[in-house]
Amino acid sequence: MIRLFQLLALCLAISACQKETLVEKANREGIFLMGNGAEPKSLDHQMVTGVPESKIVGALFEGLVGDHPSDDAATPPGAAESWTHNEDMTEWVFKLQPNGRWSDGAPVTAHDFVFSYHRMLSPALAAPYVEMLYFIDQAEEFNKEEITDFEKVGVKALDDLTLQIKLKEPVPFLPSLTRHYTWFPVPRHVIIQHGEMSDRFTDWSEFPNLVGNGPFKLAVWRFHDLIEVERNPYYWDAKNVHLNGIRFLPIENPYTETRAFRAGQLHTTYRLPTDLIRDMLENEPEQLRQEPYVGTVFIRFNTTRPALSDPRVRQALSMTINRSDYCEYIAEGYTPATSLTPQMGEYSAEPMLEFNPEKARQLLAEAGYPDGEGFPRYSILISRPAARAGAEALQAMWRQHLNILVDIQNKDWGSYIGAQQSLDYDMAAAGWIGDYLDPTTFLNMWTEGNGNNNTAWHNERYEQLLDEAAVQSEPARRFDLMRQAETILMKEQPIAPISWYARNYLLRPEVKGWYPLLLDNHPWKSVRLESSASPSISTE
Amino acid sequence: MIRYLFNRLLQGVIVLIVLFTLTFFLVKALPGGPFQTEKAIPEHAKARMEAYYGLDKPMPVQFVKRATNLLKGDPGVSFRLEGREVSEIISQAFPVSLQLGLVAITIAIGIGIPLGVIAAWKKNTILDYSAMALAMIGICLPSFVIGPILADRFGQKWEVLPAMGWATLNPLFWILPAITLGLVSAAYLSRLTRAGMLDTLNQDFVRTARAKGVSQKDILIRHCLRGGLSPAVAYIGPAFAGIISGSLVIESVFALPGLGTHFIKAIETGDEPVLTGIVLLFGILIILANFATDLLAFWLNPRLRS
Repeated sequence: MIRLFQLLALCLAISACQKETLVEKANREGIFLMGNGAEPKSLDHQMVTGVPESKIVGALFEGLVGDHPSDDAATPPGAAESWTHNEDMTEWVFKLQPNGRWSDGAPVTAHDFVFSYHRMLSPALAAPYVEMLYFIDQAEEFNKEEITDFEKVGVKALDDLTLQIKLKEPVPFLPSLTRHYTWFPVPRHVIIQHGEMSDRFTDWSEFPNLVGNGPFKLAVWRFHDLIEVERNPYYWDAKNVHLNGIRFLPIENPYTETRAFRAGQLHTTYRLPTDLIRDMLENEPEQLRQEPYVGTVFIRFNTTRPALSDPRVRQALSMTINRSDYCEYIAEGYTPATSLTPQMGEYSAEPMLEFNPEKARQLLAEAGYPDGEGFPRYSILISRPAARAGAEALQAMWRQHLNILVDIQNKDWGSYIGAQQSLDYDMAAAGWIGDYLDPTTFLNMWTEGNGNNNTAWHNERYEQLLDEAAVQSEPARRFDLMRQAETILMKEQPIAPISWYARNYLLRPEVKGWYPLLLDNHPWKSVRLESSASPSISTE
Repeated sequence: MIRYLFNRLLQGVIVLIVLFTLTFFLVKALPGGPFQTEKAIPEHAKARMEAYYGLDKPMPVQFVKRATNLLKGDPGVSFRLEGREVSEIISQAFPVSLQLGLVAITIAIGIGIPLGVIAAWKKNTILDYSAMALAMIGICLPSFVIGPILADRFGQKWEVLPAMGWATLNPLFWILPAITLGLVSAAYLSRLTRAGMLDTLNQDFVRTARAKGVSQKDILIRHCLRGGLSPAVAYIGPAFAGIISGSLVIESVFALPGLGTHFIKAIETGDEPVLTGIVLLFGILIILANFATDLLAFWLNPRLRS
């Protein structure tokens, strides 16, 4: 049987020996091949919330401010060539690129942006990510139908190329915020051809109707097979676009994706399974990327559970998590968290989290559970098989240091989310990825009634500090208030942060113009392929 | 015959009605729902989305509406790939599954039947034992073990075949998934063929033929094959439908854009229109395959015709 296989392999090798790999062919053609994790829900970026969608949308559309290939803080021009703001940063004026064009040649105007925000905020559209626009004055009121006149919302086209945005409070990070796809424009002239402004899912966003203002335009879309984009000749900065096209492959199985990469079918992968990291480190370290990513892994506590309502118990549980061991053995490449918000720009939170089993035992005793006696048998809720190892590590740590037993409860994704939203859980292994580079993306969710809180915890002083920070336009003072708020959060611990995310993935050496970025939004126009750098990918 | 056909048709329609009703209520009973996302959607937006798809109506109302639309020939719109017609999704994915299934069943027949015939012909020899051992391995080794091993060897290590993906016109992309998918059926087929052939080879007319000096080849092919293949043929129809509807694992291992991927995702996201669409399609396929098998059995075995 083995002989037969070898013979078959030999025949195939002979037939295939003249053939170049898909990556080599793509290098020649200037096409980038990317594993993209999942089939996008839609390419109407006002209707989606996911990361795979954001990668494709980033090729097809462009926000007011562009992404820099290597500097997270930099704000290069995008659809706007320049911008100014008033003293307290509540009023911003963006000057659009004079030669900005949609991929059908129509000019990109400030009216398109006003139309886009009007559409996104329209109650009838029911855009899932609409809260990202609530920074705009009266936007929330309009979306919740408290006002019906869009004229009152703080966006206005002063002329064809000048867009004015009035905010409800100072937002010093507005340029960074507009890099999020919820702020990208949609083509008014195309949308109204295919239906009313606020019609959900007309076919404007399908091939061949979709028109964007980004460096690429849609060329092929086959479900669960591939989405291909090609150069947009009308793009204002087309001369600085290097690639001729990008193929996004929605490969859901990470092992399949890794095999495809190693077989020369991909330039980069969406992810790398943790158990393959060591193998890559040993065999092909030059293709492995381990980069910080703005996200935090944490344990969410249901503070309505009797024992977990006591902050001392939550602290005790958190203090017995050995975070460095966790990152070394379970979450490779991740950094032990010292607070909730990872370091971003000028902001760094007080390091509050420590590993101190002795103090933890003392706290647990004070809370009425000396040596874990009488502590209820709770369970950790998880939803992916990959989360089991982490939950088992916590199980062992708590048993060893606090003498308490917890179970692991595995639910499918929908039930896992549903259980947290209805507070029908004890503890849940969870995580949060930042939407933009400002601490508010991590801190605002722990307020009363926030749909992402799901701990039943709230604190007046915490919310007061965040409110004060929100109206503060002086950056240092603003961050200081947030730091104080985060300190309260980390004392109370409705969540126990464990580690800060890293992105483990594979990237071929001939890909240039691709640098580590906290939000992982690599500007497609800067990416290029140097085919001469292509090495043999054989491991033998 | 006409009466028989009519009965089968009626049974088929009843099966489809039951399938639709069961699938509809089962998927509605799943926790979660189509608009449950990791980042909470604002309540007012969620309410609007549900109203848009009529999900805010009582369950019987939803059921009647869906059933009426289906009867009118409108399978609805996907909740997961929002705005996309179920018919569009199926018309993209079904040809891939069908093509893969055809190649796989061809491989299964091409390997299974000759192997079974040889095993029966050389009964209780080393050839028979090896063929049946091979078949046993094929039955026991699940496709999620064979698939990654083949992809790893031929795709990644030797780089002679694509490790994943699909191309309608490039046979190189078909080989690994079709072999993985076809091997299990090949194994069953070889065992069924062997049993059927042995049964026929022991009949009196074979002894008579031998006594008359008919050559071994003629006995096997002209006299026994038609009768000996009956059990195998009865298996091929359902097996083909099973291959098309059962390629879920293979589609994940080789990242194929077939129906299986949509099927799994539809269950995960409570995407009832896509799920019922695919279940009904599978139902029709299995009914048709069984029907074709019956017709073939009529042709192979004249006694059934009476």
